[in-house]
Amino acid sequence: MSLLKVEKLSKEFGGVHAVEDLTFSVEAGHIHSIIGPNGAGKTTLFNLITGVYTPSSGRVLFQDRLVSGMKPYELAALGMSRTFQNLQIFFNMQAIENVMVGHHLHLDRRFLPSLLRLPKVTRRDRECRDYCAGLMEFVGLAKYVDADAASMPYGALKRLEIARALAAQPKMLLLDEPAAGLNATESREIDEVIKKVASTGVTVVLVEHDMKMVMGISDQITALDYGRKLAEGTPSEVRANPEVVSAYLGTHG
Amino acid sequence: MNLMTARTGGLAILAVIITVAPLGFSNSYFYDVGVNAMFNAIVCVGLNLLIGYAGQISLGHAGFFALGAYGSGILTERYGVPAIGALVLSAAVVGVLAFAVARPILKLKGHYLAMATLGIGIIIHIVLKTEAGITGGPDGMSLGNFKMLGLTIKGDQMWYWVTGFLLVLAVWLSLNLIESPVGRALRAVHGSEVGAEVVGVDTSSYKVLVFVVSAVFASVVGSLFAHKNGFITPDIASFFHSVELVTMVVLGGMASIYGALIGAVILTLLPQVLAAVEQYEAMILGAIMMGTMIFMPKGLLPSLLNSLKRRGGGK
Repeated sequence: MSLLKVEKLSKEFGGVHAVEDLTFSVEAGHIHSIIGPNGAGKTTLFNLITGVYTPSSGRVLFQDRLVSGMKPYELAALGMSRTFQNLQIFFNMQAIENVMVGHHLHLDRRFLPSLLRLPKVTRRDRECRDYCAGLMEFVGLAKYVDADAASMPYGALKRLEIARALAAQPKMLLLDEPAAGLNATESREIDEVIKKVASTGVTVVLVEHDMKMVMGISDQITALDYGRKLAEGTPSEVRANPEVVSAYLGTHG
Repeated sequence: MNLMTARTGGLAILAVIITVAPLGFSNSYFYDVGVNAMFNAIVCVGLNLLIGYAGQISLGHAGFFALGAYGSGILTERYGVPAIGALVLSAAVVGVLAFAVARPILKLKGHYLAMATLGIGIIIHIVLKTEAGITGGPDGMSLGNFKMLGLTIKGDQMWYWVTGFLLVLAVWLSLNLIESPVGRALRAVHGSEVGAEVVGVDTSSYKVLVFVVSAVFASVVGSLFAHKNGFITPDIASFFHSVELVTMVVLGGMASIYGALIGAVILTLLPQVLAAVEQYEAMILGAIMMGTMIFMPKGLLPSLLNSLKRRGGGK
């Protein structure tokens, strides 16, 4: 069953087609990677799917429901959450509070009970803290539970974003270059985290440049170039596709 | 658990300071200054929710303060509404007004938001000045005492205790809010709007909410100030007053409830100390603002706590 369907999706920025007439679907439970050279439109595609941008034309269906034009927070409520290539961490907060914000939709968020600090709110909040500490451990951040986000190294912040996205308990998790800027060891560890997430039944959509990682963990790959679909299929099919090879390495002559 | 003790501890210290301070008051003038300091502190605790925690700015909060004051004045003097009813009704009207302007305004960021809120403050100031038929115009208007349940609040000493109680209440409510899911969402808006959006935080609604809450804080204090003073002029809505409020928050410490409180107290006391050089007050205010931004951008209290922590950690 397709969890996500993208149909004839286009996004234009002042005459430049960042994404053009793109159609593909993501199967539930899969790790689906989007690859392509720099500027191929991968991040734009993510922003279109998650509601950060509205499409110029075409549509996005999530669980067979039309979601293009919806706000990111509405999509989060439907079970979509994501990380960012350039980090969007709350640096003014503790690491665990970052993750707790991720659990926002599952908490009592009414104004008056919060203002009056009703016992129900505080109890639920303590449970949330424990749950989020567990998530930090899950992504390998156990030692940063009490840290300020601002004092954490880059690699740890990448995982913190994953933990925050998981705290929303999404059906589909979109990861925008989770391994960018990481060294080989860190990159392998992120790889493990992604596999672990997928094994819990969460569908993962991945944008990544690290080909070793992509080929190793993906069930399905969609390759983009200049906003258009170049190829799709299993890792071995995509690797063998001559158009993909030429987009990455250039053609002879 | 640690947080729990820190919060009850802080509240207790505040209550003790308010209770003990009058021991050093030799005449009613001290009480008067104390009440004004605490009035400002309550406004700043509210304004800090908006500026310090949610990362938005308002250069128009003196306008909401003045609307509370004039709302109480007009309702009690012209329509005979009981003081408490007038206070609540004015706060409700200010809340609705803040809600109505917040949505379009809070779409703006940075300088643009500052300019738009500045505009609101100026409009309120002009209306209060020119609608002389209702507000008394530049001559101002007088009000009676604050009466409630057969009790009349009058005299500096009585006002001191009432305001002291309200300040502790305001700090308690703000602490509650900041440590709740709502408060975390507000701080997340400051940290990264898009980051908050994608995990389900409706950032525009939260910005509107905190804007309304801080405006209502200002309005309530405005009402009380009007009764305490017995006389108000449109100048309480002036741009200078708005800047003064923002300076208190920035000096004391953004995103620190006690910091905002301390900033308010310092800047209320300062003119009393500098009475001899009164004509330079605006200049000194500007210098304090600049000095704070350059030397301790996080404000007095957070900078102080940081340096203590660093010294403690070094040993």
